[in-house]
Amino acid sequence: MNIFDSKSFLLACFVLVTAMLNGITCANAASQRLVLTGSSTVAPLVGEIARRFETINPGVRIDVQTGGSARGILDIRKGTADIGMVSRALKPDETDLRAFAIALDGVSIILHANNRVNTLSKQQIIDIFTGKITNWKLVGGADARITVVTKAEGRSTLELFLHYFQLTNSAIKPHIIIGDNPQGIKIVAGNPHAIGYVSIGAAEYEAGRGAPIRLMPLDGVDASVVNVRNGTFPLSRPLNLITSREPQGLIQRFIEFARSPQIHDLVEAQYFVLFRD
Amino acid sequence: MIWSKRNILFFSVTDKLVLIVLRLGAVIAALVMLLILIFLLTESWPALIQITPTRFLTDASWHPLESTYNLTPMFSGTLLASVGALVLAIPLGLASALFIVFYASARLATSYRRLIELLAGIPSVVFGFWGLTTLVPLITQLHPPGASLLAAILVLTLMILPTITLTAFSAPQAVPDEFLRGATALGLSRWGMISGVALPAARIGIVAGIILAAGRAIGETMAVLMVAGNVVQHPAGLFDPIRTLAANIALEMAYAMGDHRAVLFVTGFLLMLLIIILAVAADWLKKNSQDWSASS
Amino acid sequence: MNKRLLYRDHLAQWLIYLAVLTVSAVFIWILSDLTRGGITHLSWDFLTESPHDAGRSGGIGPILISTFWILLVALTAALPLAWTAAILLAEFVSSSSRFGIIVRFSLQVLAGVPSIVFGLFGNAFFSIYLGMGFSILSGGLTLACMLLPILVSTAKAGLCAVPQSYRLSAAALGMSKTASLIHLLLPAAAPALAAGLLLGIGRAIAETAALIFTSGYVDRVPGSLLDSGRALALHIFDLSMNVPGGDQPAYASALVLVALLLCINILVIKFAYGLQRKRIMPV
Repeated sequence: MNIFDSKSFLLACFVLVTAMLNGITCANAASQRLVLTGSSTVAPLVGEIARRFETINPGVRIDVQTGGSARGILDIRKGTADIGMVSRALKPDETDLRAFAIALDGVSIILHANNRVNTLSKQQIIDIFTGKITNWKLVGGADARITVVTKAEGRSTLELFLHYFQLTNSAIKPHIIIGDNPQGIKIVAGNPHAIGYVSIGAAEYEAGRGAPIRLMPLDGVDASVVNVRNGTFPLSRPLNLITSREPQGLIQRFIEFARSPQIHDLVEAQYFVLFRD
Repeated sequence: MIWSKRNILFFSVTDKLVLIVLRLGAVIAALVMLLILIFLLTESWPALIQITPTRFLTDASWHPLESTYNLTPMFSGTLLASVGALVLAIPLGLASALFIVFYASARLATSYRRLIELLAGIPSVVFGFWGLTTLVPLITQLHPPGASLLAAILVLTLMILPTITLTAFSAPQAVPDEFLRGATALGLSRWGMISGVALPAARIGIVAGIILAAGRAIGETMAVLMVAGNVVQHPAGLFDPIRTLAANIALEMAYAMGDHRAVLFVTGFLLMLLIIILAVAADWLKKNSQDWSASS
Repeated sequence: MNKRLLYRDHLAQWLIYLAVLTVSAVFIWILSDLTRGGITHLSWDFLTESPHDAGRSGGIGPILISTFWILLVALTAALPLAWTAAILLAEFVSSSSRFGIIVRFSLQVLAGVPSIVFGLFGNAFFSIYLGMGFSILSGGLTLACMLLPILVSTAKAGLCAVPQSYRLSAAALGMSKTASLIHLLLPAAAPALAAGLLLGIGRAIAETAALIFTSGYVDRVPGSLLDSGRALALHIFDLSMNVPGGDQPAYASALVLVALLLCINILVIKFAYGLQRKRIMPV
């Protein structure tokens, strides 16, 4: 019988299906499982920490998903995640949550590497993002339209940017709205006339791998890991793991691991700064 | 073992049991739609109570974290992208269908048809990816930012073109040969025969196909999400970025809380309602059209 | 025919040829872009290894496994429901009865619902209400809802295409309806059923929006059905949007996906062609 004969094809499907049903009855969810969701800034670091934790503790499975700091907060309140990741300090109205800082990071404006512009004053940045300046030649660059890239709502990086420049989200006139940091970097790297803002750690990481982007100094201070570490960079933020209750069991073990010296090399590899209390 | 009946007039016992099982299966299948409607309504209920529907039209803008829920920019984005795609896809799709039925040799017709069927099977994500890597940079060179209404229209056109061709192609094919031969006998040229006889006869089927394609364009999420820029605004021109209702749900669903989440469900419900209306219209048209193959 | 009509005819002809050429050219452009971008990245290792470095290196092995499991869950849930509904509609219920109209209408509506709305529903119902969270089970069941209309309509068409003489002969021989179904009608409609199954598989593999909020993003080998798993289409989406330098693996993954769909398409044509061949029943 030709295996493509339709009757035996259907029979094969039936056999496969019954085998699968047997599979379901034997399936067991991983008893040691952690789900972390939240900030796209924190996610790469936590992903690496999670991998190391899994090799040290076999039988544990840790899933990391992005979605923005707001998602992290929402998910741990709803109970769909065990630990949340946010890339800022907790707000005054978030007293029901507990935060555990694992690193320090900054927010930097990024341009394409070929962009002639070297510095931008605070007012120029505000004017660019609110649509008052629309051409690079007005700030010393080429004669080309500026493509403004901003983050979607719910992202801490956006909130910190707005807070620092004293803007509301409705005041910004963007051309492209992005979600995760790497997406923003990818867009700026692909468009010589784009301007955006992302986490310093993410930007340095991608620039180190060859992405044609440049980090702009803010208020005269260069955007680099060094300046975040010595506290001179004006737009810094802590990277936090958050929980809705006192952490216990596996959650507590993971958080302690994430704040221990065992992962210091991972923090530096992601171009973040170690958090010292 | 072949069950036979004691009495050929009534269902045997086996048949009655099997009928119950079949009925159960069919009812569950039908219930799925009901379940979806119920869930959409339940989840959107908080928004419908607390936010008066006029706010969807009159709020300052769409900034859910500032509690403004104006849907009109996204409405216009969705509408413009879909209409633009239809404007491009209808002529191309119809031309393809006419080519297959009237202009091509048998082998060419089959291979072109296979090509269109293949195009129809390509996932939206692949179209979006190609748009992102090829179309958007091309448009950026013309007029930054590149990710724009134009990119969305082009990608949507590619996606609904096969739908129009494949549904439109069966309609002219169903027109009885006698009509066409009669037309030629009367001295009509090929195009005259098509425009005067075949197209009017196939009109209903073609329109039904267009309606289905419109439904598909309105509901398309991934491809548009990847190339349209996702800025909530009324586009002032082809090169402005837009955000469609479907893409909005995909973007904000992950972190929407409370009212915001309920409003997203409202938009989902509206989309579903719109598609239902279009489906009913297409079905009604088909029912009321004449079945040419049944004519003597 | 006067000259003016002749010109009009030629104009129409050349416009149609132009349209066809444009469509073909764009299609070939897309395919060649995909091939050029991804062919060098393809290899056996690519198909079996895990993704490293957010997918920039390594392969898509776990993703293919997740896709397979999501597909299996979807088919296991959808096939029994769909085929029983189709048998009912084709054999037992007349098309003008109220029940038949309701079932047909709801399936037609279901066919047009946008995939993102299915994603919303799946997230609210399977992930949250039933508590499955981000899992293959949740994604598979959501896909099952989406596949119902295709499976039902193809199966019903296949059953309706079986000649009435089969049923009449069976009744004349005193066979029960069940027996005639199992021994005569279903085997006769089997090519159509298989074609519909394959079409459903094709649709499911291509689905992205419904899976984002139901089966999640995790790109490792799933340990069980309750684990999250990333489908192939989702992987392409993530690579192209979120990973700078991820374009090449994305091209390669897209090639794999399109190749899979091509195989399914060819199989469908093979089975559907069988429909047109007359089946000669041994007398």
